[in-house]
Amino acid sequence: MAREVSESCMDSLLTEIVSSYCNVLYVSKPELAARRIEAIGYQVGHQLSERYTMERPRFSDHLEAIKFICKDFWSELFKKQIDNLKTNHRGTFVLQDDKFAWVSRMSSTENSGSTQEPGIGNKAAEASSMHLYFPCGIIRGALSNLGISCAVSADISNLPSCSFVIRIKV
Amino acid sequence: MAPAVPRSGDAIFANVERVNAELFTLTYGAIVRQLLTDLEEVEEVNKQLDQMGYNIGIRLIDEFLAKSNVTRCVDFRETAEVIAKVGFKMFLGVTASVTNWDNEGTCCSLILEDNPLVDFVELPDNCQGLYYCNILSGVVRGALEMVSMKTEITWIRDMLRGDDAFELQVKLLKQVPEEYPYKDDE
Repeated sequence: MAREVSESCMDSLLTEIVSSYCNVLYVSKPELAARRIEAIGYQVGHQLSERYTMERPRFSDHLEAIKFICKDFWSELFKKQIDNLKTNHRGTFVLQDDKFAWVSRMSSTENSGSTQEPGIGNKAAEASSMHLYFPCGIIRGALSNLGISCAVSADISNLPSCSFVIRIKV
Repeated sequence: MAPAVPRSGDAIFANVERVNAELFTLTYGAIVRQLLTDLEEVEEVNKQLDQMGYNIGIRLIDEFLAKSNVTRCVDFRETAEVIAKVGFKMFLGVTASVTNWDNEGTCCSLILEDNPLVDFVELPDNCQGLYYCNILSGVVRGALEMVSMKTEITWIRDMLRGDDAFELQVKLLKQVPEEYPYKDDE
């Protein structure tokens, strides 16, 4: 059986990546912190997709590669598949995970009451968006290893669901 | 009768949510790589890894106490055994052994022969001063500090530097008496 560690180990690392880069190393430069966090994810995605495609034939087109991310790749990482895949057939793909593990314990900022001071919600939103650069980097790294260069962004306006938008560069 | 201190973390590990260790290992590797690029000095990377570990340790101790059902350890010897057999197992899925006790029973070594952090890892020549697993020592230090034990932790052996095991020396500096932030009669 493949080796496993407790989920808390992975969650702790993620928390520390974000807090180290945002609160210690690049305190007043969130865009630099974001880029570093994304780069860490990219590295991980790149290596993992290399491992998980070792015994596969080449993917015939973009859709095949994206399907691999949605099914096999996602299952290895999260023990579930992407729940919904949409595409405009012009290089944009939306991958929706209805219960994305890494945001499942985040509180939603929108329905947290209206009496809040302005700014608190924004800060929370900024903090949660920082946690998305890592998985976005993983997807971009995985696809890049399959020869597809793309940009990946994420949307968590509907927690605990998370949508990743992949725009393939042509 | 008080419940016996669990002698192994097997049952707890079997029951916690687990994730693919490759993801964990490669993520840790990518963090170390990125820190080496950003901080440049190996010594700074060691410090940052230790700090990250400390931050994790002070939180993980809560989960450890909640899930392990351990009762108060009678002495530091028991503490070390519990970390090695229960703590390491329930989080990393591996068990450490405890040896090299000093006469006072305040300093010992945790030996780790199997360490998921270093699967796939090889250190390049320019990283010789790096304590790759420094996050682990930080975790142990942070966790013990939350249960009133100040410790100093030093790497004695490191498989990435050619040794036959990982050896983490844990030295108890002082036991901080528990202090309550207020007096009952005030």
